[in-house]
Amino acid sequence: MAGIYIHIPFCKQRCGYCDFYSHTNLQLKQRYVDTLCKEIELRKHYLAPNETIETLYFGGGTPSLLNTSDFEQIYNALSTHFSLHNLVEITVEVNPDDVNDLLLDTLKSISCNRLSMGIQSFFDHELTVLGRRHTAQQAIEAVNLAQQHGFSNISIDLMYALPNQTIQTWRETLKLAISMNVQHISAYHLTYEPGTLFYKQKTNKIITEKDEEESIQLYEILIQSLTEAGYNQYEISNFSLPCYESKHNSSYWKNTPYIGLGASAHSYNIASRQWNIASVITYCKQIEENKSFFEIEFLTEKEKYNDFIITSLRTSKGVDLQKLTTLFGEKSRSYFIQQCQPYVHTNMLCEKDNFVRLTQKGIFVSDSILETLIDV
Amino acid sequence: MKNIRNFCIIAHIDHGKSTLADRLLEETSTVTGKEMQAQVLDNMDLERERGITIKSHAIQMNYIYEGEKYVLNLIDTPGHVDFSYEVSRSIAACEGALLIVDTTQGIQAQTISNLYMAIEHDLEIIPIMNKMDMDSAMPEEVEDQIVELLGCKSDEIIKASGKTGLGIQEILQAIVKRIHPPKGDPEAPLQCLVFDSVFNSFRGIITYMKIENGTIRKGDLVKFFNTGKEYFADEIGVLRLGMEPREELRCGDVGYIISGIKVSKEVKVGDTITHVKRPCEKGIEGFEEVKPMVFAGIYPIDSEDFEDLRASMEKLQLNDASLTFEAESSAALGFGFRCGFLGMLHMEIVQERLDREFDMDVITTIPNVQYKIYTRKNEVLDVHNPSGMPDITLIDRIEEPYIRASIITRTDFIGSIMSLCLGKRGELIKQDYISSNRIELIYDMPMGEIVFDFYDKLKSISKGYASFDYHISGFRPSKLVKLDILLNGESVDALSSLTHFDNAVTIGRRMCEKLRELIPRQQFDIAIQAAIGSKIIARETIKAVRKDVTAKCYGGDISRKRKLLEKQKKGKKRMKQIGSVEVPQKAFMEVLKLD
Repeated sequence: MAGIYIHIPFCKQRCGYCDFYSHTNLQLKQRYVDTLCKEIELRKHYLAPNETIETLYFGGGTPSLLNTSDFEQIYNALSTHFSLHNLVEITVEVNPDDVNDLLLDTLKSISCNRLSMGIQSFFDHELTVLGRRHTAQQAIEAVNLAQQHGFSNISIDLMYALPNQTIQTWRETLKLAISMNVQHISAYHLTYEPGTLFYKQKTNKIITEKDEEESIQLYEILIQSLTEAGYNQYEISNFSLPCYESKHNSSYWKNTPYIGLGASAHSYNIASRQWNIASVITYCKQIEENKSFFEIEFLTEKEKYNDFIITSLRTSKGVDLQKLTTLFGEKSRSYFIQQCQPYVHTNMLCEKDNFVRLTQKGIFVSDSILETLIDV
Repeated sequence: MKNIRNFCIIAHIDHGKSTLADRLLEETSTVTGKEMQAQVLDNMDLERERGITIKSHAIQMNYIYEGEKYVLNLIDTPGHVDFSYEVSRSIAACEGALLIVDTTQGIQAQTISNLYMAIEHDLEIIPIMNKMDMDSAMPEEVEDQIVELLGCKSDEIIKASGKTGLGIQEILQAIVKRIHPPKGDPEAPLQCLVFDSVFNSFRGIITYMKIENGTIRKGDLVKFFNTGKEYFADEIGVLRLGMEPREELRCGDVGYIISGIKVSKEVKVGDTITHVKRPCEKGIEGFEEVKPMVFAGIYPIDSEDFEDLRASMEKLQLNDASLTFEAESSAALGFGFRCGFLGMLHMEIVQERLDREFDMDVITTIPNVQYKIYTRKNEVLDVHNPSGMPDITLIDRIEEPYIRASIITRTDFIGSIMSLCLGKRGELIKQDYISSNRIELIYDMPMGEIVFDFYDKLKSISKGYASFDYHISGFRPSKLVKLDILLNGESVDALSSLTHFDNAVTIGRRMCEKLRELIPRQQFDIAIQAAIGSKIIARETIKAVRKDVTAKCYGGDISRKRKLLEKQKKGKKRMKQIGSVEVPQKAFMEVLKLD
């Protein structure tokens, strides 16, 4: 099993919190799509020949800024160089204000069967602070329209611990999200990443970060509301109705290989991880001139072990001890068990049926726990 | 002998001693331009960086004056109060001294105390105003200070600049004309004054000495008067840029002796070397056993490095006989060493050399002085470690060492300096105006109060202008208590300190506050308490981290997350686990840096 990730690093405007790579000069779009198709060809042998490709994911940036011919061009390139017959999940990230009949038809035409909508909040004043270009009303209409077009696997992104968010508005946002009958909800705690506008504003005390107590409370409300509504928390930030887990994102946690195409995209093939240059212009230039366009790291045994722990523990199933032993040997298993002990005692980790997973209490401090469990 | 001149240099740190010395060496062609590395004499990296001399050195120059050849021996001395005994022995080996005063700064406390030492030993003083080329030079004012201090005439002061070479010839002539040749009897029984020693990995210990009386020849059987040990003089010689062997050294000469000594402790600064066959009757006066003044624990961060640390300390000691250490153990830190130092600078140097030369990661605990504890059974215990303090019910009284301190400052800073000294339990003995805007303050202070951050604070409140010197003046009874720090109810021996009863509550409270800043939040609440005996006098809590989860792992970028976690984990490896609490290395020293 394997996945393909396509990065579309264009945005009409930058959101103040986002540190993901994107470019606001849309004039480069055509050149970028051409280059991307060239990379698709160049890397057609990246995945092992026996890997069946089950998921395809268009992320961004804003993939919904692409027009019909862009999508077709990319899809054609992919189907020429990769075997797409076994695809079960094709996801496209869309901005609510880009959603219209044309876009939805286009997505249908490339067999897209899953939409991921960056809604973030159902309050306009919160959206304004985030720097989003859509309104709450547009978000609601976009979901409705997609459902009318027959999309039956829709995911929405929400954010919490926003500077001007209250317990009340967060509850309301969740309530509205649930009422929309979407199959999947990703909810991210706002983080202040160096280099972003928000980070600067926090440093300059223009905005204040939510304190720990309040952010815990918001997280508890999230888990409680969605669980009650029938959603399963299958990963720290991801919730779904039964059988609607994101297959593509799950591959990140499940140690399956994936190829990331486009500027700043990450790839993993068990032996190494690599990432493309995070600059549209340099990425295009290097590929056009047949020069190297990525950095690569070959993983040591320790790094493989660390990655395995970091990714597995984020999931609701947790770390599979059987698999850990098979992959890394008895010694790593006993190191892991030993490192787990203090957390098992304090009820932050629980061990059951050969799986070690985070408890509700443990999820809050999972970074410290991961730090203890990894090996350096 | 009449053509020998032995002299040293008295100067405050940064007054340009080493640069001026370099010029003398150049002028006398002792070093060629090629061999000239900035500041030839300070050859340890640490000495060059800090611009201070830690070890004594000696170097011989030839100088021709009015057609006669003269041998000039410069004995370079350490420039810090921690090493004042070594300075006194170097001074005792000389007949003259160059008093170098930075014309932009004026006379400093250190300079005065060393100057007095030189005058006591009847040295001829040649005053020099250095850095005359600087715009900020204040020649008239500094000239007045020197005239006042020495009672000399203005025209006896040489105006110089190590940078431009101004006055260098004049200094060399003054050395020949004004300093007396050494006295002594070449036929008398041998007496050599040991003023320093260095360790050489091929030759063993090389002892530096001045021959006061008699003559020494290569191969002679000699005896060190105070240790009583006998050796053959395998090699003797003079110190130029390198060592130059000689068959014979006569009274008045300065040179070295190599005699197969392996351990630096066998060579004591101030000792007398004499012949076994025809020994002198008395050793040269002024010999003292060097005693450490400040004590602290040095522990490896990783307890597995204990043996490596021992090996490193032993190697350090080869070159630094004044460093003492013995193994001790701490409940909190495991196995380590209780070390004795001459003072705080010496302690810092040892720590830094362990880090640089031996790559050792160590924790240094709160420094202490040595107290005398009189028990009810009339025993006297020398205690220099809070953990060595007997139970309070067994103690009759405690005495602590006092120093007499001299502080020289510009008058603008008197107020804040006085309140600093008062806070350190200082007693003002007298104040003297050196000039219209400079004053010397004499204080009696408990030494325990100055071992920590006194010098740093003095420097900062006087904007670097005040200078400070001290000598031990005796012991006085004091109301001392042992202040313990508890982390989650567990007493941490490495954080205990001895402190005056009146200050205990304030210090305890501030130590708790400081630890709250120094210890990172962990996954449980950490109670920090200060206690005297069983009585808790202060408390702070570090709240547990309740949430640190990063919500996203964007687009399969696992590497970034892993690298972040790995970096954090490596950082924690440098912390010391005490009970369940992780304490950063620097906390043990910084906990007492209270503002």
